[in-house]
Amino acid sequence: MDTNQALFQYCLRLGDTNLILGHRLAEMCSRAPFLEEDVALTNFALDHTGQAEALLQYAGQLEGKGRTEDDLAYLRPEWEYRNMLLVEQPNTDFAYVIVRQWMLDTYQCLLYDQLRQSKDAVLAGMATRFLKEAIYHYRHSSSWVERLGQGTDESQRRIRQALDDLWKFTPEMFAADTSEIALAALGIVPESADLLPQWTVNMARVCDKAGLQMPSGDHASAGIKSGRHTEHLGHLLAEMQYLQRAYPGAKW
Amino acid sequence: MELQEKLDAFQQYIDAEEKIEPKDWMPDEYRRHCIRQISQHAHSEVIGMQPEGNWITRAPTLRAKKILLAKIQDEGGHGLYLYSAAETLGISRDEMIRQLHEGKAKYSSVFNYPTLNWADIGAIGWLVDGAAVTNQLSLRRTSYGPYSRAMLRICNEESFHQRQGYEIMTKMANGTPEQRRMAQDALDRWWWPALMMFGPHDNNSPRTYNGIVWKIKRAGNDELRQRFIDKTVPQAEFLGLKIPDPQLQWNEATGHYETGEINWDEFHRVISGDGPCNRQRMEHHKRVHEEGAWVREAAEAFARRRKAENLTEAIA
Ligand SMILES: [Fe+2]
Ligand SMILES: [Fe+2]
Repeated sequence: MDTNQALFQYCLRLGDTNLILGHRLAEMCSRAPFLEEDVALTNFALDHTGQAEALLQYAGQLEGKGRTEDDLAYLRPEWEYRNMLLVEQPNTDFAYVIVRQWMLDTYQCLLYDQLRQSKDAVLAGMATRFLKEAIYHYRHSSSWVERLGQGTDESQRRIRQALDDLWKFTPEMFAADTSEIALAALGIVPESADLLPQWTVNMARVCDKAGLQMPSGDHASAGIKSGRHTEHLGHLLAEMQYLQRAYPGAKW
Repeated sequence: MELQEKLDAFQQYIDAEEKIEPKDWMPDEYRRHCIRQISQHAHSEVIGMQPEGNWITRAPTLRAKKILLAKIQDEGGHGLYLYSAAETLGISRDEMIRQLHEGKAKYSSVFNYPTLNWADIGAIGWLVDGAAVTNQLSLRRTSYGPYSRAMLRICNEESFHQRQGYEIMTKMANGTPEQRRMAQDALDRWWWPALMMFGPHDNNSPRTYNGIVWKIKRAGNDELRQRFIDKTVPQAEFLGLKIPDPQLQWNEATGHYETGEINWDEFHRVISGDGPCNRQRMEHHKRVHEEGAWVREAAEAFARRRKAENLTEAIA
């Protein structure tokens, strides 16, 4: 595989995950349990959307077909999105929002930390910037896991359910596709499977503080490898792409 | 000191342009007036997140989405400063929210209008933030210290929102015929509600008098409205958009624009709860508040437990 082509695929994968998570968080605007949290979640939406913008812009350059970050964000069909299935899961309640965030924050802290060493200077530079945001998000989400786990019976029940329900999407984080294998061989990206042991340790530490049992079930999850999504993504994209699709060629 | 002496001293202090601080003595009516005005202002920032949030998932570019997210985040932040400013007067945020839900506290009526196309996001920034900043610039000199300081922090951000809104309008007005139509449609719907934001004419506004004497308000409704009109009409002309007022004209002698009369029936209808979105906005706020109760309870329970543990540790 051509390195640029592989890096293009890899940036899409990272960019799309941020794009879709940013969108889900944006849906929480004016819907958080209190105002400070509303402001915090909107801020995270902004960070993830910003990360998506940078990654998709770079992806467009690597592809070399003149596609902009907006072309990539708004004008692809569903099966070309490479985001993790985890982040397209809906905001069922605040516990789902937090667990989804915490799983990904834990992952992104490890990934960006490694990517800072990338032989690709652009990617390394982005990772250095994104890591600061990821650490900030992680502190917030993991402290909520602890508070909800050690809060009331109801909060404990809800966070358990969110954790059990979303756990099946975790294997996808550590599955490599052909682009990752090619890039890892060149020292441009880490192998995501190598992140699993530390991810598990970090997750277990927070579970322990929160009094939660870490789920053990290990389901195979198709996702990025096949480009198949859950039912939720289609609805999300229909809304997100609405203006770009309804008024082709308009400048916004 | 006799009450009258205290009142006189208070007025002298205010007339000397000194700021009233939370621990200072103040007349009950001054306190009530400030609580009413600041909490209404805080609620407006928060309820205003809804009509703008309505377009966030449909923002047409990543840049537009980021700008809108940042703006809504700012508005939430303004709500926070203002709730804190009101709390210095001895009312809790819970109580303010309860008053809002019971209809005892108001928020700006402008947010009871719907956002129907993307240009509405431009029009809100340009006109609604534009009207708000006109009012808030004058409120930087309000006599209540914490409110004045909140306004100082907020004003820069509001001017920024106004410019960003105008930038969207510029793109839309110079875009495709459909975009141009959206821009005109948005101006048609937001012009009059923006003028209504300044409130009734001063001769019909019972509260303006006290507010002015105590320098809580620093300028009359009509004066502020005129300032906004004079600033905004040329901006609409520059965009090539038509302000929906056939009586609008420039008066060479006064150096001001003259407008037709505001539809005061509509104004009173919307204020009294019968606008296009009043119920929707309030139900949304109540529902979210109720749905979030378990989270707030969990956070409180956790904090209590932490405190108890720390206490036990300290003793042991
Ligand atoms: Fe504001
Ligand atoms: Fe604003």
